[in-house]
Amino acid sequence: MPHHYFPHTPEDVAEMLRRCGVGSLADLYADVPEELRMTKDYCLPEPKSEPEIREYFKHLASANKQLTCFAGAGYYNHYTPAVISHITGRSEFLTAYTPYQPEISQGTLQYIFEYQSMMAELTGMDVSNASMYDGATATAEAVMMAVAAARKRNRVLVSATLNPAVRKVVDTYARYHGVRIDTIPACEGVTSLSDLEKMLADGDVAGVVLAEPNFYGIVEDWTDVAEMCHKAKALLIVNAIPSDLAMLRSPGEWGADIAVGDAQSLGMPLSSGGPYLGYICTTKALIRKLPGRIVGATTDADGRRTFVLTLQAREQHIRRDKATSNICSNQGLMALHTAIYLSVLGPEGLREVCGKSYAGAHELASRLEATGRMKLAYPAQPFCNEFLMHTDFPVDELIAQGVAMGLLPGVKVADDAILIAVTELNTSAQMDTFVELVNRLPK
Amino acid sequence: MSKLYYSATHEYANVEGNIAFVGITDYAQHQLGNVVYVDMPEEGDEVTAGEEFGAVESVKAASDLISPVTGIVLEVNEALEENPRLVNEDPMANWIIKVEITDPASLEQLMDKEAYDKMIAE
Amino acid sequence: MNSTYYGRLIFELSKEGRRGCSLPDTGVKGDYAPLPDNLLRTKTPALPRVDEPTLVRHYHNMSANNFGVDSGFYPLGSCTMKYNPKINEEVAALEGFTAVHPLQPDYASQGSLEAYYTLCRALAEIGGMSEFTLNPFAGAHGELTGLMVIRAYHQSRGDDKRRVVIVPDSAHGTNPASAAVAGLKVVEVKSRPDGTLDVEALRPLLNDEVAAVMMTNPNTLGIFETDIPEIAKAVHEAGALMYYDGANLNPLLGVARPGDMGFDVMHINLHKTFSTPHGGGGPGSGPVGVRKGLEQFLPNPRVVRNADGTFSLTDTDTALGSVSATLGNFAVQLKALAYILTLGASGLMEAGSLATLNANYIKESLKDKYLLPIEGVCKHEFVFDGLADKSTGVTTLNIAKRLLDYGYHAPTIYFPLLFHESLMIEPTETESKETLDQFIDTMCTIADEAASDPDMVKAAPHTTPVRRPDDTQAALTPKVTYSDLIADADA
Repeated sequence: MPHHYFPHTPEDVAEMLRRCGVGSLADLYADVPEELRMTKDYCLPEPKSEPEIREYFKHLASANKQLTCFAGAGYYNHYTPAVISHITGRSEFLTAYTPYQPEISQGTLQYIFEYQSMMAELTGMDVSNASMYDGATATAEAVMMAVAAARKRNRVLVSATLNPAVRKVVDTYARYHGVRIDTIPACEGVTSLSDLEKMLADGDVAGVVLAEPNFYGIVEDWTDVAEMCHKAKALLIVNAIPSDLAMLRSPGEWGADIAVGDAQSLGMPLSSGGPYLGYICTTKALIRKLPGRIVGATTDADGRRTFVLTLQAREQHIRRDKATSNICSNQGLMALHTAIYLSVLGPEGLREVCGKSYAGAHELASRLEATGRMKLAYPAQPFCNEFLMHTDFPVDELIAQGVAMGLLPGVKVADDAILIAVTELNTSAQMDTFVELVNRLPK
Repeated sequence: MSKLYYSATHEYANVEGNIAFVGITDYAQHQLGNVVYVDMPEEGDEVTAGEEFGAVESVKAASDLISPVTGIVLEVNEALEENPRLVNEDPMANWIIKVEITDPASLEQLMDKEAYDKMIAE
Repeated sequence: MNSTYYGRLIFELSKEGRRGCSLPDTGVKGDYAPLPDNLLRTKTPALPRVDEPTLVRHYHNMSANNFGVDSGFYPLGSCTMKYNPKINEEVAALEGFTAVHPLQPDYASQGSLEAYYTLCRALAEIGGMSEFTLNPFAGAHGELTGLMVIRAYHQSRGDDKRRVVIVPDSAHGTNPASAAVAGLKVVEVKSRPDGTLDVEALRPLLNDEVAAVMMTNPNTLGIFETDIPEIAKAVHEAGALMYYDGANLNPLLGVARPGDMGFDVMHINLHKTFSTPHGGGGPGSGPVGVRKGLEQFLPNPRVVRNADGTFSLTDTDTALGSVSATLGNFAVQLKALAYILTLGASGLMEAGSLATLNANYIKESLKDKYLLPIEGVCKHEFVFDGLADKSTGVTTLNIAKRLLDYGYHAPTIYFPLLFHESLMIEPTETESKETLDQFIDTMCTIADEAASDPDMVKAAPHTTPVRRPDDTQAALTPKVTYSDLIADADA
């Protein structure tokens, strides 16, 4: 019997071979040199039935610990409304290719248009592309975009308060691409603006990358920063956590030229690292430097509103080595996820998520401080839903004990420092458990 | 009296004294089709003969603009920002940049009209 | 479909006072001081306000304006649009995977790490490579990562003057763009009329500035590069590496392995060969494999199997750096693993030759009506150079659009650039003989229509949710957000 994914009966194969004038399936490869042909089957297991596959993966999944999540560091356990997977699972969306044939791809093109509109709104920018891979690569792309826009300057300043995982990717792209990255030092957990001013004065700066909130969860004050950057002809790039933008001053309101980051916080499952979505938004003036796909509105032959991929002449398949980026695809379906999430939540819902997370974080921080075992690392700085604490015990110990109790207390930053995040899904009762866990640690 | 020079990459330089008006040839605009965007340098930028100074885009193609002359950009044709299709309508009247030539020797590498017409005919 | 009502944007269904979500009471009672005013946004984002039923109907109806592999035959050349098995979706959505934080300690995420490791080993076996990384997010990202591996390798030998990547002139535009991002420069080598690489044309280009030669095999015309052993030898003698673009790996399943052909570095598109859905453009996954001796350059983080059978995440100093903050599009990797385990060794052995059979069957059935520039047995795909009868003026674009009327997705058109009217067809192994017969009939009908009523074909499509869009208008005055549309309506 043929495998159940292959419709070919032996008779079909025989008849089709006859039409092709070929004797056997193997003869279809008569041109492949003998020494290149496989001489034995793949060293892989034999086929598994569907129930066996289901069991295998259930078993693997059960080897992951299911934990009450207080971890963040760029990835947050926000609620995923049920309608999202219902719609993204529709095979008309799921099994479609890139919308190269607009006449039969209006579904994809329209949700990308909606996604672009919503991300532009949320970030306070004019335009968005159809999405990037993840927040780290999107930030690296923003850096390359700034360098491309600056034509000759190729130095980019990155705040020390940017998420180090994002920084690693930025550094990698920059090293290969020939971009010089310099770190703006941090002081008391925030970007040192006096250092930024000095570094800008040294010249040759194409862009400045800041983080909102920053890696420590702190909301930095960037009054006059955009002006400072623009005076030096540098673009201001703000890496922002979009969920928090319901409350925080948007990159556009800060005067940013590029807003970039990971949209995971918009209700995307944590999923061991992906898929998430990198977003990148910019001003009208810079739209032609924006990498990736962009959907625009136009009319069809009958005058109806129609959506198409537009400004394609910027892209890799036409501009080749002159393109700002080599990106072809985007995170398609995750853009649909984002559009649905933002529609389900709406401005009020998103603000409520942010408000509950904010209140929860401040509640937990004060309760953990009250244990006497943990201290806010930067008590004078305003934070949103995440904060860094110093401990008088090894952080590894806290995490190990927590995991044993079914709770992930946060992300280790140093042996005595842990980053803790709270979302609308963290209850007061969970915080009780957290506090109890800390109190039980040996002094 | 102005004199017209052409490059093998289909730019022209309409030269009067030490000033050149640089644009793309009628042949080039035909090849590209509807121009939707012209990426231009800024006033005061330096351009170098044989090097890229911008790009013209149509819907599904893009072409780098290669400067036929070496000099400093005195003016960019801002009308093209609003209406890039002017390049299709009259590419000679709708030059892209106005350049002060700093190295007149760069003109020697260019073709005259006759040589250019012969090249595109081939 | 796309009627005035259902064709509206979600913003146009929005109404103040509606909401689509319900959020839990966390029980947190504390009253905390808000952030200082200057850190708060002043303008409420104009997101839609919709109830759940309105929202579901909106997106449901939008999906009806889309065409996927489940809707019908998708013969899109070079894209390997095979069937996407449903069990893959189910297992990738298991809460045991979706609830795992990427920074959860290794000892608490052994299941995810094991899945990642197991897929790496399976791909290494299929590719004939030593090790894989699954971190790259898509094919182009894999290509970029692979080129970084190559640069890191040359740099490790103290040789950073190798900045040239040679690609055949039939290559995709992504190749030069990826090279540019990686700080490399592409030099094209002219291919033979059938698109294959001529080793004699390649030799003069090989020197001590060449980092790699990038190829796909079979090539974009579906022709197997039979000179590959000789090409690999020449390239290696010049000190450069061989890069395999895995875009066309599908027909080689069960037949040959890139590693055995002399390739040093390769990427695979899981969304092509390994059946993960394309999702309207993503999320994809572009694992990169390397031969023995290059493993240390793969990007951080990596998953390793310890002596005690547990799995750990590690970073190394020799790595090229990081191309992702996490382990890539993990859920996509799970789907590919499910596919590989479902087919198993014997199923995978069959897949390639059935894909090739399907392609040849269409080619042989249509070569009288369509111009076949390259005769002979093809692999997974082939290219027609438009209609055989050129007198009608009906172009490849017209044929592609007419196919939409008949309920098919169009083939890849105007690529490769080797022919003026390229129509590139790749059926994959998951299409039945009946589906192919129907497609062949339709293609014949269109050829006849081109002769009898060319204007009708040229005006296609006629029955799709929308008709041909005005691309020029879209590019001339870009309207890329709902605010742009409102501003336009006001003006």
